Amino acid sequence: MKRYFLDLFIGGKSLVDGLVVTTKALFQPIVTVQYPREEIDITPNFRGHIDLVLDPEKNTFRCIACGMCQRSCPSECIQIEGKKVEGKKKKTLGLFALDFTKCSLCGTCVEVCPTQALEFSKEYNLADFSKEAFHYDILKRLEERII
Amino acid sequence: MRESTIKEHNRFFLNMGPQHPSTHGVLLVVLEMNGEYVLDPQPVLGFVHRMHEKIGESRPCQGFMPNTARMDYVCALPYNHGYVSLIEKKAGIEVPKRAEYIRVITSELNRVASHLLWLGAYLLDLGAFTPILYGFDDREHILDILEDITGSRLTYCYYRFGGVCRDIDDKFVEATRAFIKRLRKRYVIYEKLVTKNIIFIKRAENIGIISPDMAIRYGITGPNLRGSGIAYDIRKNEPYSVYPEFDFEVPVGERGDCLDRYMVRVREMEQSLRIIEQALDNLPDGPVRSKVPKKIKLTPGDCNFAVEAARGELSYYLIGDGTGVPYRLKIRVPSYSNLSCLQELGRGILLPDLVSIMGSFDLVIPEIDR
Amino acid sequence: METISTLPPELIRMVIAVIIIISFIFLNAIMMGYLERKIAGHVQRRLGPMEVGFHGILQLVVDGVKLVAKELLIPINVDRTFFRLAPILSFTPVILPLLVIPFSEKLQARDLNLGLLFIVSMTSVNVMAILVGGWGSNNKYSMFGAMRAVAQSIAYEIPILLSMLAIILMTNTLSLKEIVGAQQKIWFVLLQPLAFIIYVISGIAETNRAPFDLPEAESELTAGFHTEYSGIGFSLFFLGEYTNMFTVASVATVLFLGGWHGPSLPYGEYLGIVWFFLKVYFLLFFMIMIRWTYPRVRFDQLLNFAWKYLVPFSLVNILITAVVVKL
Ligand code: SF4
Ligand code: SF4
Repeated sequence: MKRYFLDLFIGGKSLVDGLVVTTKALFQPIVTVQYPREEIDITPNFRGHIDLVLDPEKNTFRCIACGMCQRSCPSECIQIEGKKVEGKKKKTLGLFALDFTKCSLCGTCVEVCPTQALEFSKEYNLADFSKEAFHYDILKRLEERII
Repeated sequence: MRESTIKEHNRFFLNMGPQHPSTHGVLLVVLEMNGEYVLDPQPVLGFVHRMHEKIGESRPCQGFMPNTARMDYVCALPYNHGYVSLIEKKAGIEVPKRAEYIRVITSELNRVASHLLWLGAYLLDLGAFTPILYGFDDREHILDILEDITGSRLTYCYYRFGGVCRDIDDKFVEATRAFIKRLRKRYVIYEKLVTKNIIFIKRAENIGIISPDMAIRYGITGPNLRGSGIAYDIRKNEPYSVYPEFDFEVPVGERGDCLDRYMVRVREMEQSLRIIEQALDNLPDGPVRSKVPKKIKLTPGDCNFAVEAARGELSYYLIGDGTGVPYRLKIRVPSYSNLSCLQELGRGILLPDLVSIMGSFDLVIPEIDR
Repeated sequence: METISTLPPELIRMVIAVIIIISFIFLNAIMMGYLERKIAGHVQRRLGPMEVGFHGILQLVVDGVKLVAKELLIPINVDRTFFRLAPILSFTPVILPLLVIPFSEKLQARDLNLGLLFIVSMTSVNVMAILVGGWGSNNKYSMFGAMRAVAQSIAYEIPILLSMLAIILMTNTLSLKEIVGAQQKIWFVLLQPLAFIIYVISGIAETNRAPFDLPEAESELTAGFHTEYSGIGFSLFFLGEYTNMFTVASVATVLFLGGWHGPSLPYGEYLGIVWFFLKVYFLLFFMIMIRWTYPRVRFDQLLNFAWKYLVPFSLVNILITAVVVKL
């Protein structure tokens, strides 16, 4: 019999306690943001898809089309082609394509690059209806930035 | 309820899943029912099987690193940890002390995040909506901290053979300390809202009792095993990394019911915070990454490495054949064994209890199917 | 004009009342839906609906339009008659109790001298709708939901009646107007706190609200009895649920919280409705807070609670009341 009333008392008190917590929360400030209307700052270390680094001195990419990144990528999503330029001995970069649908964001490519020519972009608002939208032409993205 | 007393025509089958709110992913449990009583629950696996083991056997070991995080996306860093340590052990790579400390700190943060998410998800299974959002609120702080150094929020690929890929800075240390303080304050809220709540206690107490004998029989590990009163924790029993240098306890339960499993996890969060604090205090200086040969050769012979993931013992078993590609890679995931006792546990109980038991196991289905 | 004057005035009065009440039911559902989502949002430290209108105030209107415009899906193998009948069954009986509730001294469609009995019998029809819908859906989850609803309703009707009985013993009448009238000096919640608590708990269970929302326990039964419903069928259930909540809260206000009584207002016999609504919405707010705080109870615990705690306590309460009244 004592148990019966004790249960009722302890149980009832715990329920009131719970209600106090939620009622307090009702008047506390909001912690979410209204996403498309406001955005939070993203950390500079965020790893989005890869991008070519824009060399401020040369005003172009640093990539030497060595193909290390292509070979080391575990998901085989980088495609690089060099092209011959008149008057220069070495090949320069002709195509840098990334299939972002396959990329696992591991960062191996950025680490192996001998010239530090790759970086992570900060883009995270990525959504589209087709897979093809994520086949990026990284070189073109860089050229857009040069201008 | 004795089975023989149930008339044949009273039995029927109910498919719980693969799309059901409380299976947390694509798990199917075929329930043989009599009214609301479950006679025989049979888990059916394999809906998200992605052949991770085979992928690991088909490419150089560097290439498998990102995959380890995709198995258990809720607590990815211990999975990274297990795999890098395995390869380091196999190839004899030295790891700088500072790197190991950073690994421990980030892994433990990840464990806390996982437990917080689990707490919310379990309460959601029991029908309370609010705790999961409070859990998310706290967990979001951890994710922010981890994002700042690893670059991603969920499927980290942060550890490297021979170290970690980015050193931590003062900002990280500060943010982590602030978080520890914050979470300790938040315990009160969880205690009042959940732990002491009579409805919650009635839904979890004496439900799904796993006896120590049964736990060992099924190979249950992690908080589920410790809930049954067996103090077995890889971090203590087969210490790896720098865990022996920290002072922490292994919380255990008494009865092995859902409430014990809950309490073990809640207390484990506090122990994780203690480990993080000690690691931050004694953080050694030095490099965070040692020189590693470009192409790692895996010597012939086998090798095993086990770590304590948030859900239990995770062990990688590898056979090398002299090349850089593993000949065989076997991954022992905790949730698979944890789930296997559901059939024995779930006989003759009510459907809501089954939901409660499954919730208390902390299942991550992609990890089971891998 | 000719025809109208030949109709009995009582009939015209009823027709007008029904029209007002039906429009009020929709308004109430919209307000409650909005309130529920806003409160849930703020309890969970987020904002809730924000997009449609100022602070999302028109969200539920838009949702309503969407639900009505949706195709009414009828799965194969369902019992078509029952399946179609259930939403209507859940919607119709909830209008009727509002006809006898005295919103203020002069605002009452009809003062039945058996008003309370009428309300009790009408609200218990609602469970029929759930049973019919769950059975007609031909889905095991729906069936579970329906069966739970029936057992729950039976178990909780008893404490509800017993707690009402305590009031009836004190007032000697079943007319709601007279019951409110009897609370001129002191609200019955002060004289009958136990009956009030029992009534509110059972009322929450009766309306299938969390933590007693077993018929639609989504983590166990996906969506329970309305798993198969979409579009207008679903929205009628939704409407029924909120109106039921409103009815339970109004009855609680009438029986325990002094109905329209409050600090006096000009045109008190009409504007008493302000106090009435304040009290009702306070109770509804309380019910919403409860939903977003607690886990769901298990089925047998629910029944145990009714039989082990609520029924004995209300019996004791009645006994004491009877003795005190006789003295
Ligand atoms: S981040 Fe990894 S997967 Fe993505 S392109 Fe670079 S190497 Fe390939
Ligand atoms: S590794 Fe660097 S330099 Fe070589 S191709 Fe890739 S981006 Fe260019």
